[in-house]
Amino acid sequence: MTEHKHEPISYRTLILTWLALGILTGVTIAVSRIQLGALNVWMALLIASTKSTLVLFIFMHLKEEARLFKVGILILLVILSIFIGLTFTDVLYR
Amino acid sequence: MTHTPLKNSGFYSESPRSGILGWLLTTDHKRIGIMYLCCIIVMFIVAAILGLALRLELIAPGPTIMGAQTYNATFTVHGIIMIFLVIIPSIPATFGNLLLPIHIGARDVSFPKINLISWYCYIAGGILAIFSIFSGGGAPDTGWTFYVPFSTQTTTNVNLAVMGAFMLGFSSILTGLNFVTTIHRLRAKGMGWGRLPLFVWTLYSTAWIQVLATPMLGITLVLVLLERVFGAGLFDAARGGDPILYQHLFWIYSHPAVYIMILPAMGVISEIIPTFSRKPLFGYWAMAISSLAIAFAGSLVWAHHMYASGMSDFAILIFSFLTFVVAIPSAIKVFNWVATLYKGSIQLAPPMLFALAFIFQFAIGGLGGLALGAAASDIHLTDTTFVVGHFHYVMFGGTGFAFFAALHYWLPKFTGRMYNHKIAVISWGLMFVGFNVTYMSMQAVGIMGMPRRYYDYLPEFQTLNVVATIGSWVLAVSLAIMFINLWNGIRRGAPVGKNPWGGATLEWTIPSPPPLENFGEEDPIVTKGPYDYKGVVADEY
Amino acid sequence: MSIEHRDDTGARFGMWIFLYTEVILFGGLFILYAVALAKFPQQFAEASHKLNIYFGAANTLVLLASSLTIAMAITAVQRNKPKQAMVLCISTIVLAIIFLINKYFEWSAEIGHGIYPGSEHLAEMGPGITAFFNLYYFTAGLHGLHILIGGTLIGVVTVFIAKGKVNSERYTLLENSALYWHLVDLVWVFLFPLYYLIL
Repeated sequence: MTEHKHEPISYRTLILTWLALGILTGVTIAVSRIQLGALNVWMALLIASTKSTLVLFIFMHLKEEARLFKVGILILLVILSIFIGLTFTDVLYR
Repeated sequence: MTHTPLKNSGFYSESPRSGILGWLLTTDHKRIGIMYLCCIIVMFIVAAILGLALRLELIAPGPTIMGAQTYNATFTVHGIIMIFLVIIPSIPATFGNLLLPIHIGARDVSFPKINLISWYCYIAGGILAIFSIFSGGGAPDTGWTFYVPFSTQTTTNVNLAVMGAFMLGFSSILTGLNFVTTIHRLRAKGMGWGRLPLFVWTLYSTAWIQVLATPMLGITLVLVLLERVFGAGLFDAARGGDPILYQHLFWIYSHPAVYIMILPAMGVISEIIPTFSRKPLFGYWAMAISSLAIAFAGSLVWAHHMYASGMSDFAILIFSFLTFVVAIPSAIKVFNWVATLYKGSIQLAPPMLFALAFIFQFAIGGLGGLALGAAASDIHLTDTTFVVGHFHYVMFGGTGFAFFAALHYWLPKFTGRMYNHKIAVISWGLMFVGFNVTYMSMQAVGIMGMPRRYYDYLPEFQTLNVVATIGSWVLAVSLAIMFINLWNGIRRGAPVGKNPWGGATLEWTIPSPPPLENFGEEDPIVTKGPYDYKGVVADEY
Repeated sequence: MSIEHRDDTGARFGMWIFLYTEVILFGGLFILYAVALAKFPQQFAEASHKLNIYFGAANTLVLLASSLTIAMAITAVQRNKPKQAMVLCISTIVLAIIFLINKYFEWSAEIGHGIYPGSEHLAEMGPGITAFFNLYYFTAGLHGLHILIGGTLIGVVTVFIAKGKVNSERYTLLENSALYWHLVDLVWVFLFPLYYLIL
């Protein structure tokens, strides 16, 4: 059993991350005002995922955690996409 | 039999608090396991009596002991109690709690307080479910699946039952969360992944399903409740909803839940077979990986419950194919158990008999599952009593028998006393016969076309229904004998030593019943595998 | 337990697993959303225009700021500055309250227009728009409930910091509350574009 202590993350890094998140919020609003058809939703999801990655890795300290934590997230995402994807095999072809 | 007092009473006498509070506020995994065990057995008896009543109603066409509405409510409550209050928590919450920390050489689970909270969630859910029978517009009559649109329109007390199921889901999540963390963080020195008993591997796979699938049930049930209270309409086609999506969301949880029920049972069998064959388990890693594979594949196949729901043909094709994938790891397990038996020095003690019955019945249930998984034959068999027979073969003939095997295998460990073997074998024999007569007849009459969930049927189905009802009485008698025998064993059986069966896992190295912190002053250091019987000798009792 | 046992990493891992369950919980609503969007793309865009984008954007910034303050609170505790940490925790709670007040005004305006689950006005607008608003109310409502729980949790932690029970040696409770809070933020990161920004 290994204990894992975190070094404090500097205020500077945190604030820079926050600024990046704010800018990305602006970007997602700007992009949503351009007509791209179905691409709009995918762009919104892409930007939201980028924001989530920032929050996960820096605010939530995932970067410093052991590999187990990262594998866990991966399992979660795989399962969630299976749930969504296989539901659509019904909905799209009905 | 004379009453011999136990030399040590282990965790029963050691507790920071005395009396009833010592139980209600305990954080000791063994006490919590025992509390779960008591509740689950009470619930099992209640639901079994309801099941017996259902069979009695079906002894002849037309109303015999109850009418249509009572019958609907009875099978609903039988289902809700058996699924949510008995089978899902049966093995993980009782034997998982009792054994998981000992199996990995730990003193308790990672979050003992959360463990206790999970028991209280179970109790709260149980009370809500029981309360729903006697209050509001009468007992729910939707079937345990709460299918919309009926569940959102019926005037019976679905609200409370749904809230109860939600609480039980929460309890299940907390147990799962605890087990995953415990297995990752609290293994003793030397307890590598390759030395985990198979029971721990199956609990680990189960715990992941509990964590990742149960919330889906939570949100689905909340939406049913919102629909009933606020008229949300998310499953109402007139308001832009989709009733088939309810079935998707429901089975996204409830199919993996089938594996929550069966996987720990497979773990129990994987412990018992090697011990009573005096041989290491055949194909350790194949068994370990197939547990994870079943857990994963189990999350791919939910819509095979919905072939007749009106979903797309493409989805039926995909899900039918994926369903066959689950058969592979399940078959690996059956083959490996049989291979473990091969050339072993088999000792037919009661736990072993239950385990052998498990393999037989699980194989029948599993093969019936293939008939239902194939879309072509399922269209014919959907909503017949074949389905009812099939899932009783896996749930009762599988998990139920494994649960009884576990009771016969581990109760002496946790009570320090042995039951009467001869009576145990008699109850097993009756149960095996009664079980197969009951549910094989139900499968047969289902193939003939008898629909499930009706209190009435056509006269040509009567012979097989009478046979099934008589079988259910044999089953009930055998259950009564078994529980009385176990109870007598607990009260005044002969005291047993550390290792009555000659098992090689860690629980057999500590006193029966185990002391409060399982192991003495020193943390255990593990130096050999879980099925290494070299030098392990069974105690006389 | 007589033998002192402490496992901070294990406690954090347990919290992460709990967060997985939250993701799946919202995932169920997300599936419903995705299916309805595939069915009614025009109606969803139309309905989305009825939502006030300024409220949504403001609330996004408020939640991101609260995520920043709670993340900074951990750094402050690690550096043994409890006063700073308490100020940061309290700012997080204040931001949470601002979010809820915003939500209150937004919802009252919409309910004032006769748009709420089960209303007749909504039913007249057809199934697509009804589905959008039902989903919007329940997803945002569930999210609001999480804000309440998270805010309460952080309130408890603030008291513990004041009492010295959460300190630079032992701060798992703060870390876990912060993890929960970030998850609430993450959910909103997806909710905002999906409900307010569909064209």
